[in-house]
Amino acid sequence: MPTKIEKDAITGKETTGHEWDGIKELDTPLPKWWALVFYATIAWALAYSVLYPSWPWLSGYFHGVLGYSTRAQIELRLADQKAQRAPMLDRIKAATPQQIERNPDLLNFAIAGGHAAFADNCVPCHGPGGAGSKGFPNLADDDWLWGGDLDNIYKTISFGIRNANASSRQSAMPRFGVDNILKPEQINDVAEYVLSFTGKSTDPVAAGRGAQVFAENCAACHGDKGQGNIEIGAKQLNNGIWLYGGDKKTIVETITYARNSSMPAWSERLDEPTIKMLAIYVHSLGGGK
Amino acid sequence: MSAAKKLRDPAAAVARAREKPAPASTPGPRYADRIKVYPQRIDGRFRRIKWAILAFCLTVYYVAPWLRWDRGPNAPGQALLIDLPVRRAYFFGLEIWPQEVYFLTGLLIIAAIGLFLATSLLGRVWCGYACPQTVWTDLFMMVERLIEGDRNARMRLDKAPFGAAKAAKKLAKHAAWLLIAAATGGAWVLYFQDAPTALREILTGGASAQTYFFVGLFTTTTYLLAGWAREQVCTYMCPWPRFQSAMLDEQSIIVTYEAWRGEPRGKHKAGTSWEGRGDCVDCMKCVAVCPTGIDIRDGQQLECIGCGLCIDACNTVMAQVGRPGNLITFDTLANQEAEAAGKKPVYRLIRPRTVIYASLLLLASGVMATALLLRAHLDITVLHERSPLFVRLSDGEFRNGFTIRILNKTYTSARYSLTLHGLADYRVDVVGMEAVGGPRRALTLTAKPDAVATYRLYLTAKRGELHGETTPIVFEIEDQETHEMARHDSIFVGPGK
Repeated sequence: MPTKIEKDAITGKETTGHEWDGIKELDTPLPKWWALVFYATIAWALAYSVLYPSWPWLSGYFHGVLGYSTRAQIELRLADQKAQRAPMLDRIKAATPQQIERNPDLLNFAIAGGHAAFADNCVPCHGPGGAGSKGFPNLADDDWLWGGDLDNIYKTISFGIRNANASSRQSAMPRFGVDNILKPEQINDVAEYVLSFTGKSTDPVAAGRGAQVFAENCAACHGDKGQGNIEIGAKQLNNGIWLYGGDKKTIVETITYARNSSMPAWSERLDEPTIKMLAIYVHSLGGGK
Repeated sequence: MSAAKKLRDPAAAVARAREKPAPASTPGPRYADRIKVYPQRIDGRFRRIKWAILAFCLTVYYVAPWLRWDRGPNAPGQALLIDLPVRRAYFFGLEIWPQEVYFLTGLLIIAAIGLFLATSLLGRVWCGYACPQTVWTDLFMMVERLIEGDRNARMRLDKAPFGAAKAAKKLAKHAAWLLIAAATGGAWVLYFQDAPTALREILTGGASAQTYFFVGLFTTTTYLLAGWAREQVCTYMCPWPRFQSAMLDEQSIIVTYEAWRGEPRGKHKAGTSWEGRGDCVDCMKCVAVCPTGIDIRDGQQLECIGCGLCIDACNTVMAQVGRPGNLITFDTLANQEAEAAGKKPVYRLIRPRTVIYASLLLLASGVMATALLLRAHLDITVLHERSPLFVRLSDGEFRNGFTIRILNKTYTSARYSLTLHGLADYRVDVVGMEAVGGPRRALTLTAKPDAVATYRLYLTAKRGELHGETTPIVFEIEDQETHEMARHDSIFVGPGK
């Protein structure tokens, strides 16, 4: 309760009536402009709570007279973006990958679109920039399992490898060790022979024996000189580029247990222009044929 | 004597009490309402100078966006243009790219140091003559005087009860103010768009929401600051007066009341002697004409914007009573002490403070001028592919990927030769260009006018060419017509030994 309201001698205004250690305070009214702004904010708040989403009920909320919703705004913007990209995407839909590569405007768009789609879909396995890792092919080099030309890349992305899709690429490497097709010494010898393709053999005598094993068991798929076969996805063995590792232990492991990993059929998830742009992007990473 | 005067004019008493420190025994006022200022019209040298500078500043502001400058068919034709969507700023023959925003920094530094120098020499001439707040407030006050009359007429009008004549005058005044404010806001927008096109769009309702927003914003701020806030901006909002004590010293030429000559002041009857009294006849004309409503006879104060209108006012009265002019004058505090003691006044314009400011100004200007003269028309940026750092190819060679950006700062398309230094034997492939077999030494790349051209490039080299994990290389481009060159360092990454 204010105890002693005094009148200030010079300004004629009253004090608030409180005193703290001799310090008193003038009871000056708030500036008119300040008060008006304050009332304006109250009016604004009332108008806002009627027009825009404001009050929650038990289940749901008051959507506001204007029906504004940020989710709806996002839908509009996405539709806008789709409409903006439609002309270019229609042109890409109508053209073949080879035609797109020859047209600079379409090529730029396709590489940009492919780069974006690659980041969303392919990077988790193939790494950023297609760098790859153990078991996931490097898409930037010129070593291809199933062919590095545009049509083959397109087909690989569309239908994948060793999955349930009817058109997927299928092949199976025999498990030479597990199924006892070769004895451990034979596996050791043929591993040495494979290493000798790139001059990395540690035991030339074993490599010499391994040549016979290779000719009888491996050449049918991997080629007599280890040049690979893109028809059946057999890896090229003589170029020093490895999918699972080029040290002897890993090669022995590969021959023993075989490698039959898979890739999804992206045509089940992405639309055709996107896959076309992906194919062009992958082809442009430097190793495309 | 002065106490008697205070009682007769309570408003003036409050105003004066505002300035003087209150004695310890009685508590001083803690809050004062705004007292509306009604500056009176005056003629004189400084008023004429103020009008001239006002006309000049307003002309520059309103006319500048309309000036044209021919830059060829590939660039806008407006002399002063800040094109935000394209991210270019045009200033007559100069074109600033976003990475050259340091020119703006340099301009601001030069402006600041120039202002410090002007203030240390001549006091607050910026505040009194050239500041946009002063210019537009002066303009609005002139409009107000034309519609509502001079000081006494305006004071009578404000006290008068609400009626048809008063409403008409107030309406006319605010309408005129809003019109000027709209023209000011509109002119601001014209610096950012092509002026003729933008004006047509604004007037026919075809401009974008953003444009109308900024026109509305600057209309509102001009109207409020120049029409309503006026001197409150100078006294409370602006930081400049708060550190003027750091700019001014006793050698700065500022608006000064010669107290040694004017005091003791008092009314003077015509024909009586001037002995034993000061020249100040206490006519209060200096207070009446002041745009911030202060009394310069109280000495240097924060509210004084240094416009010198009180000098014109006092000189008019001094001429009428037959005393020498310049009772209020532009002078230094040091000279005031000297003249009070009877010594000769000395003007020390060259002193450590001004020399330092002038040197800094020259330095900053020199750096800016050099940067402008040496500005290149061509630049290249090289970004090394981060993933994968290098690729091992089937034939045992190694390949690195690069993204190069060529900045073409000319107004015509250009062709450049790209060469590489650091590797003896290599192969270059550019995505999107016909692959050429065999080693390729120099490529030709093109760029559109006033644009950045981006190319993706693959560099292939044998292991024997490399010096360990990273081999330093240099990309060099040369304009095939002007032979201007630009270089950028990079590295070729390979497997460790």
